[in-house]
This record gives sequence, C-alpha cells and structure tokens, in this order.
Amino acid sequence: MRKGLSWFNVTSITLGFAFLYIPIILLVIYSFNASRMVTVWAGFSTHWYVQLFQNEQLLDAAWVTLRVAFLTATVATVLGTLAAIALTRYGRFFGRTLFSGMVYAPLVMPEVITGLSLLLLFVAVGIDRGFWTITLAHITFTLCFVSVVVQSRLVTFDRSLEEAAQDLGCPPFKTFFVVTLPIILPAVISGWMLAFTLSLDDLVIASFTTGPGATTLPMRIYSQVRLGVTPEINAACTILIGIVTVVVIFASIMTKRQEVEREKAERLAAAG
Amino acid sequence: MSTGVTEKTQKTIGGIRRKFAPWNDPQAVPLISYKNVTKRFGEFTAVDNLSLDIYEREFFALLGPSGCGKTTLMRMLAGFEDPTEGQITLAGHDLVGTPPYKRQTNMMFQSYALFPHMSVWDNIAFGLRQDRMEKGAIAARVEEMLKLVKLEKFAKRKPHQLSGGQRQRVALARSLAKRPKVLLLDEPLGALDKKLREETQFELMDIQMELGMTFLIVTHDQEEAMTVADRIAVMNHGKLVQVAPPAVIYEHPNSRYVADFVGDVNILDATVEAVEGGMVTLRPSVAPERRFRIAQDCAVKPGDSVAIALRPEKMRVELDPPADTGINCLQGEIWDIGYLGDLSIFHVELPGGTRVKAAKPNLTRMVERPITWDDKVYVYFSPDAGVVLTS
Repeated sequence: MRKGLSWFNVTSITLGFAFLYIPIILLVIYSFNASRMVTVWAGFSTHWYVQLFQNEQLLDAAWVTLRVAFLTATVATVLGTLAAIALTRYGRFFGRTLFSGMVYAPLVMPEVITGLSLLLLFVAVGIDRGFWTITLAHITFTLCFVSVVVQSRLVTFDRSLEEAAQDLGCPPFKTFFVVTLPIILPAVISGWMLAFTLSLDDLVIASFTTGPGATTLPMRIYSQVRLGVTPEINAACTILIGIVTVVVIFASIMTKRQEVEREKAERLAAAG
Repeated sequence: MSTGVTEKTQKTIGGIRRKFAPWNDPQAVPLISYKNVTKRFGEFTAVDNLSLDIYEREFFALLGPSGCGKTTLMRMLAGFEDPTEGQITLAGHDLVGTPPYKRQTNMMFQSYALFPHMSVWDNIAFGLRQDRMEKGAIAARVEEMLKLVKLEKFAKRKPHQLSGGQRQRVALARSLAKRPKVLLLDEPLGALDKKLREETQFELMDIQMELGMTFLIVTHDQEEAMTVADRIAVMNHGKLVQVAPPAVIYEHPNSRYVADFVGDVNILDATVEAVEGGMVTLRPSVAPERRFRIAQDCAVKPGDSVAIALRPEKMRVELDPPADTGINCLQGEIWDIGYLGDLSIFHVELPGGTRVKAAKPNLTRMVERPITWDDKVYVYFSPDAGVVLTS
C-alpha cells in the first residue's frame, strides 16, 4: 500500500488544495500589505491590524456577533438535544415522521426562504427587530444541526446503561444528568460548536431579521466591501480564520488523543 | 449420576448441614411469587399466564431458547416491564406499578452496562450513593465488594481499561453492593470464553452461598443452568414446561421438549404393550420385533403411543452381544465416530435408517479391538436408563 505517491495523486492533491486555499492565502497575505490598494503589494505592515482595533463599528459588530452566536449555540444545543432524544427514544409516537421532517427541514431550506419567512413572522407578531430576532432566527436554523449530531450519538447509546442506573436506585430525571449526558457530552459539545460557527458566519438570515442597532460582523464586512475592499477587512477576516483554525485543530487533537488513549488502554486490558 | 437428586446442603448456625429444598416444604413462604402473569407486546405474547414461586436463598435458573419469554419474566421483576395481567410479589409486597429505582432487586446486565465515565470504585458506589448512605459506610462496602470479586488493585481504573472477565466482576460487584433481596443475572457469562465461564460459574455459587442471597439467572446455556442452579425452570413459548432441580430435569424430563433441550438425547417412538409392577413393556417403531422394558411408574396403558428418551451416556455400544438381545437391545452399523478425548460418541445406523447416539468413555489409552466405521454393533441399555415420555 505505502509505495509513495504517484505523480497523478500528487497533482490531484496539489490542485485540490490550491483550489481550496489560494483565495484564503491571498487574503491573509494582503492583510499585511502596506498599501491601501488591495491588489498592489507595497511591503509588509501590521498597520491594518492596528487600524482594525480602532474601528469602533467593526468591534461593535464583532461583539454583537459573539453574543448572538453564544446565546444561539446554547439554546439550540438544549432544544436540539431534547429533539434528538424525542426522536431516538420514544419509538413511533403520533406525528413522529412529521416532527422529524420538520426538525430537518431547515437543513435543506434555502436560507433566503428561512430568512424571509422569519421576517414575515416577526413583522406579523410585531416584535421589534434587532438582537433578539437575529438570535431567535439563528436558533431556528442551527437547532437541526445540533439535533443531527446528537442523534447520531444516541443511536449507538446502550440503553441498558440507563436501566442499570435506575435499577441501582436512580430516578429517570437524575439518570439523564449523571449517566446519559456525561456519556453523550462530546456530541453535545460538537453540536454547540457547530451551532456557534454557523451563527458566527451567517449573513443572509441575519440580514433579513435584523433591525436598527444590531449589525453582525458578516453584515458589517459585507456592507464595507460594497464601498470597496480595504485591507482592514482582510485583517478582520484573517483574525476570524485564525480563531476558527485554532478551534478546529484543538477539537480534532482532543478527539484524536481520546481515541489513542482508549486504544492504548484497550491493548493494556487485553494483555491482562 | 442416575440415582437421586442433588440438593444443596447449606451450613446453618452450629455448622449443621441440611438439605436445601424449600420448594418441597408446604410451610415455606416464597420470596418471589408470579401469579397468573401474562405479558403481551402488541400481538405477541411473551409470557403466558405463568405462575411461579421462588424461595429465599435459592439459586434459580430460567432456561430456554431465545424468545421464550425468560428475559421478559426477569425484566418484569426488575421493573423494566409491567405485566399485562397478573401479580408479582416480592416478600409479600405487590410490585406491579413500583418503578425500578424503588425495587429491592438489582440486576447484572448481559452487556454489563458499566458506566464508562466512572472508575470501578465509582461504579460500585453508584447504587449506595443513590441511597444517601454515609460516606464511610459507602467506602467500607465498596472495599468489601472489591475484595469479594478480587479487584482491589483495579479500583481506580475505568471500565475500558479492564479485560472482559474483570468487567464482568465489576458488574457483579456493583449489583451486589446494595445487598438486594434478589440478584437478577441476565446471561451474565455469555461474553466470557469457555474456561473462564466455568470458573466464574463456581465463583457465583460460592458468592451466593457466602452472602446467603437469592439469585435468579436467565440463560440459554443448559450446562450453565445445571451447574449453578438449585432449581431450573425450562421455558417455551412463554410457559413453564418443567420446574425442578437439575438432576430431575436431566434424568426425569417431563416432555420431549425438556429431554431434547437439556443435554443430548435419543428420542424413539414406541407403543405400550404392557404395564405391570412399575415396569413398562414397549414395542419400538424402529425395531418392532424387539421389546424395550423400562422401569417407570407412569400413567400409560397398552396401546398408547409414547416416546422413549435415552441419553447417549446410558447406552452401551459393543461388538459382542449382551446376554439377552431381545430386550433393551438394538443392532446396527457404525455410521460415524466423534472422538472427544474423554468420550467417544458413536452414531449407529439402525436397519430402518434411524441413527442413535451412544457414548463410550475411553477408560484406557489403548483398546484391543477398537470399534470402527461400518462395524456391526449392539447398542443396549438397562431398564432404568430410559424415560417414557407421554408429551
């Protein structure tokens, strides 16, 4: 198997990665450009990063985005986990197919439609649009992602663990918190992280459901870009990419390490 | 092996050993009592109008093929299923409607169901903590349990750092820690290899004796049930077929089903010719010119069609004829030989094409005239070797 890579494989990998990452690399490089012109290289500078942290509007937008994303991820995780439990545990209850269809609909629904229908709802009900409507909208569309992640873990969950807890005198509600939740926690956390990143970079739904005074970072970036791309935006994006990269690498290292330790422990156990 | 019934003798105060057989004592009060219990899952009847008494300190086995209702019967005692009809009492209290976490039963699960995020110590302490037991008392009990299952050194390990046999011990310790009135064991040794399983069976018996507890085990492995249990209930299609000590189940099965399910057996059809003085004379359909005489008191009359169960180890297979070839003797050809080391199993084909199995212990290392393929042999047995079955 391990014969080294053929030239064909090397070419495919190179082209594939180039396709994915050249735009991002360009963006990162130009964020360190001294020139005001985005496309003309005029030497290395961190000027735009300094500028960025003095841009109140961008910082405000970033703060709004973080608050929305945090709240969204937390509420969506609670609701999505509950939905996943209902779907995996309660067999064939009345309306199960409809319920599961409705939970997963936002996965495939065009964002424009989700955004528009939520906007209509908020207008009809008469809620002042702003921070809370964005958050509600984000909870709606991230919930299904959390539900999918948690459900895939629950499907392989050994129900006899819960039975064992109850058999040993633990009431059902407490069983969920001391047995079920700790075991499915990794899935719940990755559901939370997924909802967080989805909310962080959403532009379409936020644009539909926002109101005066609540502008998220993607919206701010988008509106500034329409007036012309500044290296300041490049800097902001580079920081975002940095954050996301660190989180993703951290998460995958954690998973890998757990796996390796588990394998090691199992080998030890097998050896006696 | 063919004589009597092995009954457990138990140590009592003063070191007097006595026979343990409360089921024969009309005064004895059962600890667990199923009364006309039925359990249906939709159209399927898992347990069918079943009544059963289990006594304190008994090691009771529910034996049957998968789908016979044995696991459902146990899960109803644990509280994971409610009976559709009927009553289950534990120490005189009706259990129906009591949730599992309020019952004085504990279960050892087939999958062990150890909490993967807790250490061995915390797993064993889990049930005690639910009872809000005092910390010192919990520690003392956990240490005692670890000692009982010989896992003192593994207290800090997580379940995935243990071998299969060690996990099984943790599961046992955890289910024993609360000193339940009844310990339920659901196929507890299914995941262990043969040698470990046999050792563990004897350990289970020792632990049960030591703690003086009532054990109810569900198994599809008849050897396991025979080894550990005081009494076995053989189940089929949600009903009890026979409830008796292992030796009775093996030597006096009450039906073809029990004879066939427990152990190896030859079942031959026959017609009753005469019944006199505890001796039944029969005409086997495989060899109508011969006669079988079986010593058994049973309610049959001449002309009845019955079955005769003959265990292979009670049949002799020889090249030389016995003294009387007319009674309890068949003639045939060796069809196949299975050499098991301690025994050899001979498959003998009778003239009509029916094959019977006979086992011969290999008493010496060398045999002068070994029986081999296509040899003409005599297969014979004594009058107390066979059992007449009417159902």
